[in-house]
Parts: sequence; structure tokens; C-alpha cells
Amino acid sequence: MKVYTLAEYAGMDTEPEILFWVGCAGSFDPRAQKITQSLVKILHHAGIKYAVLGNEESCTGDPARRAGNEFIFQMMALQNIEVLNMYKVNKIVTACPHCFNTLKNEYPELGGNYEVVHHTTLIQQLIEEGKLTIEGGAFQGKTIAYHDSCYLGRVNNIYEAPRDILNKLDGDLKEAPRNRSKGFCCGAGGAQVFKEEEESSTNKKVNGERVGELLETKPDIIAANCPYCILMMNDGVKAKGKDEDVMVYDISELIVQANKW
Amino acid sequence: MIQQLVFVAVLAVVSLLAFRSYRHIYKSIMLGKDFSTSGPSGERWKNVLLVAFGQKKMFKRIIPAVLHGFIYVAFLFTQIELIEIIVDGVFGVHRFFAGALGGLYTLIINSIEFLSLGALISTIIFLWRRNMLKVPRLVMPEMKGWPTLDANNILIAEIVLITAIFTMNAADGLLQNIDPTHFPDSGPLLLSGIVGKTLFSGLSAGTLHILERVGWWIHILVVFGFLLYLPLSKHLHILLAFPNVFFAKLKSRGEMSNMPDIMNEVKSMMGLGDPNAEEAPMTEELPDFGSKDIFDLSWKNLLDAYTCTECGRCSSVCPASGTGKKLSPRKIMMDIRDRTTEVAANLKENNYDTKGYDDGKSLFDYISDEELFACTTCTACVEACPVMIDPLEPILELRRYKILTESAGPSDWTPMFTSLENTGAVWQMPSERFDWAKPLTEENS
Repeated sequence: MKVYTLAEYAGMDTEPEILFWVGCAGSFDPRAQKITQSLVKILHHAGIKYAVLGNEESCTGDPARRAGNEFIFQMMALQNIEVLNMYKVNKIVTACPHCFNTLKNEYPELGGNYEVVHHTTLIQQLIEEGKLTIEGGAFQGKTIAYHDSCYLGRVNNIYEAPRDILNKLDGDLKEAPRNRSKGFCCGAGGAQVFKEEEESSTNKKVNGERVGELLETKPDIIAANCPYCILMMNDGVKAKGKDEDVMVYDISELIVQANKW
Repeated sequence: MIQQLVFVAVLAVVSLLAFRSYRHIYKSIMLGKDFSTSGPSGERWKNVLLVAFGQKKMFKRIIPAVLHGFIYVAFLFTQIELIEIIVDGVFGVHRFFAGALGGLYTLIINSIEFLSLGALISTIIFLWRRNMLKVPRLVMPEMKGWPTLDANNILIAEIVLITAIFTMNAADGLLQNIDPTHFPDSGPLLLSGIVGKTLFSGLSAGTLHILERVGWWIHILVVFGFLLYLPLSKHLHILLAFPNVFFAKLKSRGEMSNMPDIMNEVKSMMGLGDPNAEEAPMTEELPDFGSKDIFDLSWKNLLDAYTCTECGRCSSVCPASGTGKKLSPRKIMMDIRDRTTEVAANLKENNYDTKGYDDGKSLFDYISDEELFACTTCTACVEACPVMIDPLEPILELRRYKILTESAGPSDWTPMFTSLENTGAVWQMPSERFDWAKPLTEENS
């Protein structure tokens, strides 16, 4: 399966429909790379002509901006916008809600205007259009607890697309006690994932708190839509000694598993 | 006649004091920076109607919403009675609206009485929740001392007020039969009728008259006291909720405000700047970025702080507060208000002229780095606030000051910043960005 870059497409007489924005986690983190590969498989099987930026992609700048470092944010963002505009990119899909938010909501003011979709929204569309089917069976009898990421859910109001997809998996979909607009953070956002948490009077960690309440639903699988949530919750599940029983997956990975790709 | 003179004098003094103190609040809020209020005003009015007037966001928690709803609606309705009290007081008449409105008057006063009963029950439950049940969000560290006393003061004043209303109406109802020329018929008042029958029956006309006057005066004096107390209290929300909701950000919650100075600086560094633009004059001193004190925050941030009623819904959903970290979004808002109050008090003599103001303090004397850097930017606090306060924006503005102006902040972030600058990735990696695709290529080859 060959993944083409926009640079490679530039030499061909055809154009991709959509740019897959991979993001730092999806590019470098071994766990998150699996999400990237899953989305590639989905796009491939759905017959979508997509491209990536490959080594021409940089961080969107989200963690720098939210950490307070506007200089580095602007450096990242303006450089990315240069590249995206050079390739005349119109539509972007990304599996990272942080990249999604920054590309969609913050780049326009800097001169980057694109139609940006999160991969769960795109996948839902592909299913509706009949371009993607999910084989039943793989998750029969399994309980799946869904975790809303802050940047997809509360920040960008996308609650239903991921649930629609999960409902097609034949599993038993469970809601966390705090869900949708009341969803509880995994602890990664605002550049927290790059630092230790502050001291706690109760010795609690944010991911521990969230994983704790997700485990109350007795899930076999915790499903999420954000690579950082997945990293945080993997750690949380491990810390509770449940990593043998409960797996944490991105929605795209569940589709790949169901279809045995 | 004496009562009339006393009333007019009290009204005049209260009006003057109120004018001065509300003007001070306005000037305090306006110490903040101007900000863009662009966007469709239709959307803003819709928010005022639904969120402020309709209390839509309160209903995420149904029990406090209903209890608060009684107090709120009773308060709104009582304004009609209040207007009458002022008219009666100034012109020396009694129940001026009774004759003019007839049956409608009976309906209004009965409604006020029923709502007041609901408000009384709510108030007692609120006192119990706060002091006996100790609902966690109402007893967090920042609530120690004045904030708790403030909340109880208002609840107790509420009970006094409602007691006065019923005393006044009950005595009045009985006097309507004894002295109909001076006490116009209000029609049957159900609740105060019961109070009158059970507590006041058999009392002489003179005693009833005293009771009616005592009720009337306590009622209006509590209202006047409340008016003057509001600017010192979290209860300012009853007025400021409306403008605060109107001016709330309409843009996406996910968009942090842009910093054009830095954008242009980076653009010219990258050779992307407008070649015709005049070069910015070189200055010796680097400008300050982000916010250090209230002057660097927008007046909406300060309005947020004065609108905050310290309900703590924000902190009860905050992942940092919820896991025992020092950060509490409510405390951030309270700190901003306390700092603004401090600065405004100092500037009052100087006609609020901020030029060269330096008292050697800043918001960082109130808010610690530990609090600022614990925020995950999850926006749960923004979502939770019933009056559309945004605690996240000032947190991030203060962070910007720490990072950009002071080069302070968690040392854990330094490698991330360095890596971004050098390689464009959040982690310094030996591999290349596109390496993730290699296994896929090999899979089918």
C-alpha cells in the first residue's frame, strides 16, 4: 500500500480529493502510528484519493500556543499555511482533534482557509455514501465504552458521528457517567501531556480519574477519537492493572479490526 | 407626612450612594482593555433571552435550577410591588395600583405571594445545602471567610424580606375591613390571608397599623440595603449576568485570540511580511506579551469576574480541581475581581487615570504559576458557567505573559519548544516524520 505525498501528486496529472493531516502523535508515537495506518487503510479501501504531506508537515502549533508560546505557534502555523497554500489544499482530514481544531478554527485568521474534517466525521460520511461497510461480528458480546475528547466534543460540538460509527460495530456501546458536553478530560490537552501534573492534595491523576469512571461501565474496549486521549488512557488502564482486560482503541482501529484489514 | 419626608430623604440618599457605587463598578470594569465585539447581534440577543433571561444553562442541574428559579422569578415579579412602594412612599398614598388595576392587581399580588413562598422554601434549602449538607463546590478553599458570609448574608436578608412582605400584606388585608378608606381593597390574598387569620386575628387596628408599617419599612429598607450591598457582593450577577451574556464570545470556543504583533514579527522573520509595510521602529525594550495585570485583560474578562456568583460549577467540573490540584477556575475569577477592586480603589481618587499606575503588585500576587500551568484547556469550565463566563481566556493570557515575557514556566516544556523550533515536531525524534508509512509500503510489496 503506497502512501503518496502531495509532492508526488504534483508530478502527476491528477489531484487528490483530500489531504490526510497526520500530526506529531500519529507520525512519531509508536502507538499512535497504528491509528494513522488504520485511517490509511480505511481511505484506501473506501477508494478515496488522498495524499499526505510526509516530511513537509510540521506540528500545527497547538501545544505551543496553549502552553503560551505564541512565537513558536506562529512559526509552525505560518510555515504550514505556506505549504498548504502552495499545494492549493482545499480539504483536510485528520485523526487528531487538536490538529483538527487548530487547522479549522485558528488557521483562517492567519490566512489558511480549508475545509477541515475529523476522521470520525469522514468515516461516517463514507459509510452513509456506501463507500465503506463495516463487517459485523467482530465485536459481538463486547462492551465498548466511548470517551469524548474535549477538542472534538465540547470544543467543536461533534458528539454523534463517533457514536454512529460505534453503533455499527455490533458491540454494546456504553456511555461514561460524564459524557458529551459533560465529558471529562483525559489530562493531555493544553500541552499537559508534555509535562508532569502539578501536585495533588488527593494524589489523583486526571487520566486515572477518567479511566476509573470508564471502567465502571465494565468495558472490554475503551474507544476514543484522539491519539493523546489514547496515550493517556493506555497509561491509566495500565496504572490500574487492567491492561490485560481492557484495550484502548481509536475508532478507526476498530473498523480495521472488524473488517480484518 | 413625616413618613413621606423620611422616605423621600432615604430614597434620595440611597439613590446618590447607589449611583456612586455603581459608577465605581463600571469604572472598575472599564480598566480592562477594549476588545472586538463584532459578530451578529441577533445571536447576542438570543443568548440574553435564552441564557440570561431564560436561565437555560442552569437547567443542566435540575434541583438548584428549580430552587434558584423560584428566587429569580419572585425577584422579577416583586419589582412591580417595589414600584408601587416607591410611588406610595413618595406621594404618601397607599396601594396606588390597587384601584387602577383592580382584578389584575389581586392576581399580581397573589402571584408575588406564591412565588415568595417558593423563594422562602428555596432560601431555606439553600442555607441548608451550604451550611449543613456542605455541597462540595460550595465549601472549596476559596470560599472560606467573606465569600461564605456574603452568600449567607443574602440568604438571610431574603428571609427577612419575605417575612416583611407577608407581615405587611397580612396586616393590610385585615385593615382593609377595618378602615377601607385608607386601605384600598386588594381583593382576596390567599397566603397572607392565612397568615393574617392565624397570627394577627384579634389584634387592634392600632397594632395592625404598626405591623403593616413595620413590614412596609423593613421591606423597602432591605431592598435599599440590598441595592447598596450588591456592588460589594457576588450577588452583582443579578444585574451583570445580562450584559455579560450579551458580550460573551461568539467565535468558536476552540479559537485562541490571535497575537498580530507576534504574527507580523514571525512573518517578517520568514520573509512573508508585506514588503511595502513600514518597518516597526526598533525599541530598546521588548514589549510585554500576554497579561500580567488587570489592565492587560479585556474589560469582558473583568466583567466576567464581577458577574461571577461563585457557584463553583466551573471548579466542580475542572479536571485539575477535581483531582486535587490548586487550580480552581472560580478562584481565578475571584482573584481577578479582588485585584480589580484593589486597583480601582487606589485609582478612584485619581479619576481612574491608569497612567503610570504601579502599586508593586500584579495578578501574580493572587494567582500562582502552579495554578496557571495545571489547566488542560478542556473548556469544561466555560461550558459549565450559567452566565457565560470564560475562565479559560485569562488563564491562557497569564500563561502567555509567563512564557513570552518572563520566559518562565514548567521546565518540562522546554524540550518540546526546542524540538518544535528545530524539527517542527513536538518530540525530538531520530526517525523521520513520514517513517510511519514504511510498514504499509512493505505490507503489500
